[in-house]
Amino acid sequence: MSTLQEKLTQLQQKGSQDIKAASDLKQLNDIRVKLLGKKGPITEVLRGMRDLTKEERPAVGSFANKVRDALAEVVDQKKAELEQAKIEQQLATETIDVTLPGDQPKIGAHHVISQVIEQLEDTFLGMGFKVVYGYEVEEEKYNFEMLNMPKDHPARDMQDTFYITKDVLMRTHMSPDEARELEKHDFSQGPLKMVSPGRVYRRDTDDATHSHQFFQMEGQYIGKNVTMADLKGTLEFAIRQIFGEEREIRFRPSYFPFTEPSVEVDISCFKCNGKGCDVCKHTGWIEVLGAGMTHPNVLKAAGVDPEIYGGFAFGLGIDRFAMLKYGIDDIRNFYQNDVRFLTQFEKRG
Amino acid sequence: MKVSYNWLKDYIDLDVTPEELANKITLTGIEVEDTFHPDAGLKKIVVGYVVSTKPHPNSDHLQLCQVDLGASDPVQIVCGAPNVAAGQKVIVALPGSRIANNEKIKKGKMRGEVSNGMICALQEIGFSTDVAPQAYADGIYVLPADAKVGAPVYPYLGMDDAILDLAITPNRADAQSMRGVAYEVGAVYAKKPHFDVAKPVETAKPVTDVLQASVAAEKDAPSYNLRVIENVKIQPSPLWLQIRLWNAGIRPINNVVDVTNYVMLDYGQPMHAFDYDKIGSKEILVRRATEGEALTTLDGNEHELSADDIVISNGTKAINLAGVMGGLDSEITDQTTTVVLEAAIFDPMHIRKSAQRYNLRSEASSRFEKGINKGTVLTALDHAASLIADFSDGDVLAGILSPTKIVPAATVVEVSQERINHVLGMQISAAEITKIFKRLAFGVSEMNGQFKASVPTHRWDISIPADLIEEVARLYGYDKMPTTLPASASTPGILTPQQRRVRQMAQLLEASGLNQAISYALTTSEKASQFTLIPAATTSVAWPMTVDHAVLRMNLVSGLLDNLAYNIARKQVNVALYEQGRVFLKQDAKTTRPEEVEYVAGAVTGDWQAKTWNQAAKPVDFYQIKGIVAALLNQFNLKATVTYHATATRAEMHPGRTADIYVGDQLVGFVGQIHPQVEKVYRIKPTYVFQLNLTALLTLEKQAVVYQAISKYPVITRDVALLVASDVTNQAITDAIFAKGGAHLKNVTLFDSYTGSKIEKGKKSLAYTLTYQNPGATLTDDEVNTAFAKVEKTLVEQIGAVIR
Ligand SMILES: [Zn+2]
Repeated sequence: MSTLQEKLTQLQQKGSQDIKAASDLKQLNDIRVKLLGKKGPITEVLRGMRDLTKEERPAVGSFANKVRDALAEVVDQKKAELEQAKIEQQLATETIDVTLPGDQPKIGAHHVISQVIEQLEDTFLGMGFKVVYGYEVEEEKYNFEMLNMPKDHPARDMQDTFYITKDVLMRTHMSPDEARELEKHDFSQGPLKMVSPGRVYRRDTDDATHSHQFFQMEGQYIGKNVTMADLKGTLEFAIRQIFGEEREIRFRPSYFPFTEPSVEVDISCFKCNGKGCDVCKHTGWIEVLGAGMTHPNVLKAAGVDPEIYGGFAFGLGIDRFAMLKYGIDDIRNFYQNDVRFLTQFEKRG
Repeated sequence: MKVSYNWLKDYIDLDVTPEELANKITLTGIEVEDTFHPDAGLKKIVVGYVVSTKPHPNSDHLQLCQVDLGASDPVQIVCGAPNVAAGQKVIVALPGSRIANNEKIKKGKMRGEVSNGMICALQEIGFSTDVAPQAYADGIYVLPADAKVGAPVYPYLGMDDAILDLAITPNRADAQSMRGVAYEVGAVYAKKPHFDVAKPVETAKPVTDVLQASVAAEKDAPSYNLRVIENVKIQPSPLWLQIRLWNAGIRPINNVVDVTNYVMLDYGQPMHAFDYDKIGSKEILVRRATEGEALTTLDGNEHELSADDIVISNGTKAINLAGVMGGLDSEITDQTTTVVLEAAIFDPMHIRKSAQRYNLRSEASSRFEKGINKGTVLTALDHAASLIADFSDGDVLAGILSPTKIVPAATVVEVSQERINHVLGMQISAAEITKIFKRLAFGVSEMNGQFKASVPTHRWDISIPADLIEEVARLYGYDKMPTTLPASASTPGILTPQQRRVRQMAQLLEASGLNQAISYALTTSEKASQFTLIPAATTSVAWPMTVDHAVLRMNLVSGLLDNLAYNIARKQVNVALYEQGRVFLKQDAKTTRPEEVEYVAGAVTGDWQAKTWNQAAKPVDFYQIKGIVAALLNQFNLKATVTYHATATRAEMHPGRTADIYVGDQLVGFVGQIHPQVEKVYRIKPTYVFQLNLTALLTLEKQAVVYQAISKYPVITRDVALLVASDVTNQAITDAIFAKGGAHLKNVTLFDSYTGSKIEKGKKSLAYTLTYQNPGATLTDDEVNTAFAKVEKTLVEQIGAVIR
């Protein structure tokens, strides 16, 4: 082995040590320039090849190139190492507390009354009913007369009415819409299936359980072969959508001027499952709606032949539904719009 | 209607508990609201015999009573009642007993004397003051002499009974009588009720000797019947009858008045008793009152009658408001010796009106209003006369005066088995239907499934086939009704496009941070008329409950401001609300029905963005609200252009911070800050609001959605900074830019706005980015430069801008 080769070998060893000892990229670069640069020792060795024989030159030359390549690789390795360390160091300084709260966009709440209305609408839309809204200021004719409540009918006492004039009033229930739709409907196009949710008014003093304004939904299904068993099935389907699959319903005889037979509809208590609790006043049942088979006089008043067509109607209090569902104890909450109340129902469903 | 379980058992054999009975009645026909046991909660209350009394040495009103309680020697009980006396059987609450209101009685000393319990008044063991007999109102109650000393007191007072409180619907007035309830219970349990009837023993003297009766208009009193009873002695009724009255909530008075009440409870037939000697004539005439005719009713109130009132007169003056309340002058008193007893049917509508007019709703008027069993008017009269004669030693004169009367007849109603099952969706057999009608005590005949039901007079609510169908359904049992879904053709169940758009709008407003509010539509006259979009006349209710809810709103903003005030008063100062609902607009005061228009409005106060660790607080300003309105309007995809016009003319709005909103040339709403003086009145902080006519937005013409390919050619932008006079609007500048912008100007965006110390007073600096694009080719700089130069020129010449 020539002395040049020995010198190169020493250079390689010493160089590798120096490179590995570099503490930052600048130092590494300085070492690289010093070792591998034009004025560096390897270049110098190659320059010394002039003194070698022609036969010796290729071997030494190739050895020198190998040494240079090897050192360059060590430099590259070290560079990658140092760069990685530098990034890691930088990232360490960038670390944040990910448990600090995020900037949440402010999302408003849908009023709980609207949520209940939409849930009911969607349930009945799914069964092929349409949704109508009607008038809040109604004619007495539609609010009473056409619903089998002629003047001086005792049932009118059941509803304390805000009159505007002798013949115009604030609707006391959502039934006027049913009469209007019944009057308009073309039965050659199929049965009439509708629900009508909206605001109604009664002459009541506002307190925890009474409100001069509240929301109701009524619905009707009038066709050629609509039975009371269909009423039971339809309501059972709707109740289960809203209060859960395991709910049972029962009919109790009742009285409404616009239906006969008339029933109150109870559902098995969703809180105690029928065992008895405060919500159901220890009966296991909760009264949620009124219903019945549309009275022949109502059909006749709307120009529909009760011998051919018939069906059912039902009505429920939206406020009461919401109060039952969420255990709300004061009806005034719905209309005072305290944001601490409204936002409790932000999560829909 | 309070139904005594014990009384009911006289008419029908029952082997169920009162609670079971109540539940069964509720499920088959009439809701029982409550089942009440009068002795519930009472303990150790027994019959005592007062052996002797002597005054308490340390008191001027207490007595020391030696009371025999049946067990050992008499015990001493201190009693303060003025009527306590030796020889009485009394109610004694023993030491350790419980009396009304869960009060516990202990052995104790009163002013140094031992008292082994308490001698009780009826009120102290749970009787209502309205029901306890007047004679014992201020003292202890005295039990009948045959009461067994030491035995529980409850059976002697009817307190071992159970009272079922029935909620009677207008169609079931037949159950406003014990006999009616017995028929109903009989139908429910398939048992036949049994009733006693009583015919009075008449004297030879005919009634016509002492009295004549006539009815002016048969329609007012289609059945009017009188009996006369002479030589009566007014005294307390027998205890059994008193018990029946007080358990029904009626105070016993005397043997005549009590019988009228008892027969009313029994038959549902109101009765009236007149003192014959005080009628002032030998004549009874049923007629209409003359307008303004005077009558003092039993309660001592004087009335000026209306010509719509039916009255009983003595031929010259009114002595009784028919069916509603008797007159004070002819009232039964302790001195009465001859009684005129009336059983009638009056026209329900007139009774109802009279009761309402004088606010005199009574047990009697309520029954006349809802209906009377035509079949028992005379039976009830006879029964009452017989009882009065019995209890008062009176003589019933021969015959009944009946100037009008109704011949009772059953109503025949027909219905087919097929119809019943068609309506109910059930398969009830003809035999089953027959059985149900029989349980109801209806006569029934059937031929090939066609039923003829002969409905007795006690069920006057039944007149059409639907009535019979209901009877079958409830007595067959709704629990046996299957659940099915209608078999008819399917129908599409979809929201209308407008209904869908309103739901989308709600989502947009909520995603924008506004909470949905629902306010009262009835408000004060002042608030109803504020913030109106267009002038309109108010709609008021005729008899409001309060002035706060008297007039229908014509805007949604005032309700939202009330809501903000409510929140602010409760320390919720950052509030963002919106409401969607109707306003009620009348064209003029003469119109009776307002137009109902859907509006949507929003109101925001306080910080739009609350301060957090990461963000500074951002108080609400005009542009945030305007941004929400713009997003909302954008969602409606309107064909005409939306423009904002400064307005200083809205009285409740800030004159410098309010814009009217137009779609094309139609005014659809406004946005801006509430006038600071109005904010003060509402007690709210600076508040920004918007209000839009939603009905208009829903009906205005929409823009067609047309797809455009995304251009592959690049856009070129140019920025321009302008110095303009302060009153030059953004609208004027962008209008000018677009006017001269050329075919390829796509967009103009304001990116900076400055007023302040760095520029001349009275000026402001605005900077815009103009974006150019040719969808068909690459634009050259030269093309853009030429177009941009035209814009700069017009800004200088038209707007007076200095380009910076
Ligand atoms: Zn329960």
